[in-house]
Amino acid sequence: MLEVQNLSMRFGGLLAVDQVSLDVNEHEIVAIIGPNGAGKTTVFNCMSGFYKPTGGKILFQGKEIQGTPDYKISRLGLVRTFQHVRLFSRMTVVENLLVAQHRHLNTNLLSGILNTPNYREKEQKSLDRAAYWLDRVGLTDMANREAGNLAYGQQRRLEIARCMVTEPRLLMLDEPAAGLNPAETKDLNRLIISLKEDYNVSVVLIEHDMSLVMDISDRINVINQGRPLASGTPDEIRRNDDVIKAYLGEA
Amino acid sequence: MSEASLYFIQQLVNGLTIGSTYALIAIGYTMVYGIIGMINFAHGEIYMIGAYTALIAITGLATLGVSWLPLILIVALVCAVIVSSAMGWAVERAAYRPVRGRHRLIPLISAIGMSIFLQNYVHLAQGSRNIGFPLMIQGGFDFGGDDTFRGSISYMQMTIFVTTLICMTALSLFISRSRIGRACRAVSQDLGMANLLGIDTNRIIAATFVIGAALAAVAGLLLGMYYGSIDPLFGFIAGLKAFTAAVLGGIGSIPGAMLGGLILGVSESMTSGYISGAYKDVVSFGLLILILLFKPTGLLGKPEVEKI
Amino acid sequence: MIANNLKHALFCAVITLVISYPILGFNLVARGVDITLTGADATTLVMVALAALIVFGFQLFRDRIVGTITDITRPGFGTHKEPMEENRRARIESWVLTGILVLALFWPFFVSRGSVDLATLVLIYIMLALGLNVVVGLAGLLDLGYVAFYAVGAYTFALLSEYLGVSFWMALPIGALLAALFGLLLGFPVLRLRGDYLAIVTLGFGEIIRILLNNMTNLTGGPNGIGGIPEPTLFGMEFGRRVKEEGNTSFHETFGIAYSSEHKVIFLYLIALVLAVITALVIRRLMRMPVGRAWEALREDEIAAKSLGLSRTAVKLSAFTIGAFFAGFAGTVFASKQGFISPESFVFLESAIILAIVVLGGMGSQMGVILAAIAVTILPELAREFSEYRMLIFGAAMVLMMVWRPQGLMPMRRIHIELKKQE
Repeated sequence: MLEVQNLSMRFGGLLAVDQVSLDVNEHEIVAIIGPNGAGKTTVFNCMSGFYKPTGGKILFQGKEIQGTPDYKISRLGLVRTFQHVRLFSRMTVVENLLVAQHRHLNTNLLSGILNTPNYREKEQKSLDRAAYWLDRVGLTDMANREAGNLAYGQQRRLEIARCMVTEPRLLMLDEPAAGLNPAETKDLNRLIISLKEDYNVSVVLIEHDMSLVMDISDRINVINQGRPLASGTPDEIRRNDDVIKAYLGEA
Repeated sequence: MSEASLYFIQQLVNGLTIGSTYALIAIGYTMVYGIIGMINFAHGEIYMIGAYTALIAITGLATLGVSWLPLILIVALVCAVIVSSAMGWAVERAAYRPVRGRHRLIPLISAIGMSIFLQNYVHLAQGSRNIGFPLMIQGGFDFGGDDTFRGSISYMQMTIFVTTLICMTALSLFISRSRIGRACRAVSQDLGMANLLGIDTNRIIAATFVIGAALAAVAGLLLGMYYGSIDPLFGFIAGLKAFTAAVLGGIGSIPGAMLGGLILGVSESMTSGYISGAYKDVVSFGLLILILLFKPTGLLGKPEVEKI
Repeated sequence: MIANNLKHALFCAVITLVISYPILGFNLVARGVDITLTGADATTLVMVALAALIVFGFQLFRDRIVGTITDITRPGFGTHKEPMEENRRARIESWVLTGILVLALFWPFFVSRGSVDLATLVLIYIMLALGLNVVVGLAGLLDLGYVAFYAVGAYTFALLSEYLGVSFWMALPIGALLAALFGLLLGFPVLRLRGDYLAIVTLGFGEIIRILLNNMTNLTGGPNGIGGIPEPTLFGMEFGRRVKEEGNTSFHETFGIAYSSEHKVIFLYLIALVLAVITALVIRRLMRMPVGRAWEALREDEIAAKSLGLSRTAVKLSAFTIGAFFAGFAGTVFASKQGFISPESFVFLESAIILAIVVLGGMGSQMGVILAAIAVTILPELAREFSEYRMLIFGAAMVLMMVWRPQGLMPMRRIHIELKKQE
């Protein structure tokens, strides 16, 4: 469903991403790994429309989307999380989830001000969806807390829930396990797999935690210094000499 | 030379005069912005306080019977620089340092509050009416023309050029050679890193406020003498103009501030000369809006890369 | 440590002297062309010395003092009560508000004309501050040219009535919509700008509008302004002693009561009250709607908001336009109350006062903003002898608020949303 072809991104004289290609099929979890500074997040930023790539194509469900503004891309069903959690920290947990459903709601001001039955019904629907996902990530008790006051692991889960209420087709997770303890990482593992199995969402993730990547990924792409290094199933990657060298070289 | 071209040259000279003082004030905005990324709204007031202090010193010396012009000017300059610098330091300390690093609206509102406070501080102390500033440097020389129109450069204008030039040179040397100057550049590159490397960033930030304030005080004395009158509100508009100049040249860039000041001064005097003096502010604010819309990095500014 | 503190405190005290003595200690007096310098009186000098002493003392015991202040300003200080149950609190709140409203409706009939006039002004400021609260408090867009939209509303009514004889009730929506249109037109290009640039551009825009009003003498009367703006009518009844427009009747004749100039003042007050209540209710509703949440989301984190499909331009524009709309509302009422307007009423200071109200009350908090509007307008009237210190105090208060209590005197309370339990 997603196809990245020969993506390049240049900042001034620096070629941060050079001819990277990858693809994601329906019902699949794909990981992007690579040493620090390899250009993984830049690839993400191009895919989510935050950067306009300087070369290459990005196809989502057969449509070219490179250079489309970010808010339009997410409306197509391509939603992301951030390396450093980005919540609306002075808003409550529920409000965070309601904001994400803005485009599902009738935005007609007048019907909202007059509180018409139609408006109320839609508002109730998004409240229900928020309640469902809060329950799913175990944050129901926190519903009316300010998001900024949650523990770090909870913030991570809230961010994923916030993506899920938009009912995406493809979810992009930027280092979802960063800063989590082993138990939390395990929970996250189960959550990501369930997103694929129960909600039919494809997942692309950037991750450093190898155990997580090897456990849940269907396929893995390795990037080094902006260039694609290898791609394949976890087993293939584990045995790939180039990959081993790149990682050992870094260490 | 024809009268039309003489008139043009005259406007150009007038514009460059005003523009170079804008540049002096703009340095304060651009340095502070370059280091901590905030607009020091109260900077115009610091310039105004410099002008008032200079006037008080000049009047005081006259009362004492001092009449040797260079002495008067130097004493006035020194007093203005001292009081404005102290003010710049105090403002940073009281209103900006405690809110540094908070949500970006908070330092800005604090700065606006400070600006209102200082305006009214001088208003209450010295009255709201404008006060005449003695025109101490008079005369000039003509560079052409006939009886109906004479192009001339006054000695006051020349004083402004020369003083500005000296200040700018001194500043450039200071930034590039001195220890504090180097630290300033380091801090504006990366505040956190400079901190880790053992630079006392608080002191450096305070130093930029003081330097900016000192230059603004010089501008205050010069413009006070040039216009011949001051009032507590005159810092506000001049501050806005200087900020426009800083943005025009590329905020954060010191050469940019100089260039921006000169361009702004010339475009203002051209508007006054060829359209109407009433609209010169409209032109400078219009210019500000256009630049921010189409080239927010200004003429010499570096583009900012947004990071996630 | 002590020696260090002492040195620092001494330095601060000297700085205090340097910045206060020359400005406060000498007065420039203009006598004709000559300027003379007189020393200030003894009280001022004592004050200057006292200020330096206070700064010295404060810096010396800084840590202890700041510690105490932080305790006092910590949110929740002195409120050790159990949080009340949500719906019970909401019920009590709505009763109290209704009570205040009823009081506000009948109060003008028992007080002096001057008080009612002042109250009308307070209501105008409430409308302005509530509108600006949407822009600054909720959407996080620092608009320093807000007064321009107020001017658009006021001048729309003044010009329409002068040239076309349009009545207050017709001009009210036109003025508000025109102000909103201005907001839309200005907002469209400038809302891409970063926060502080936006502040400067809106400030410049406000100045441009004022300069234009000042110089387009043919149309606006320039600095002389426009006079003879009519008062509102009540179903075609005028409040003047004599009927000005044919076909209208006068209020006092219709009801067979003696003419009193107070009727007009009270009527205007009631209109302002109704409009202010409408403003508050509409904005309160908007805050609970998707658009209100989108404003706040964009204020909190623009990048995250965009990544969730919110269009930055659309959301910011809606806030800007709605804020401008209510400023236009307030402007029309203001023009009608004064009967005369000039560019003098729409200077930057006015924008700053409205901003101060929003900041002091608590950005985003409607109740806080309303209370601050009342306080800021009435306090200088009560303490006339201090009224010249008004702006000085505003400025200082803005700084102090930002330093110690940026959330305002009455911070915004999050809306509590009850969720149905998942089965």
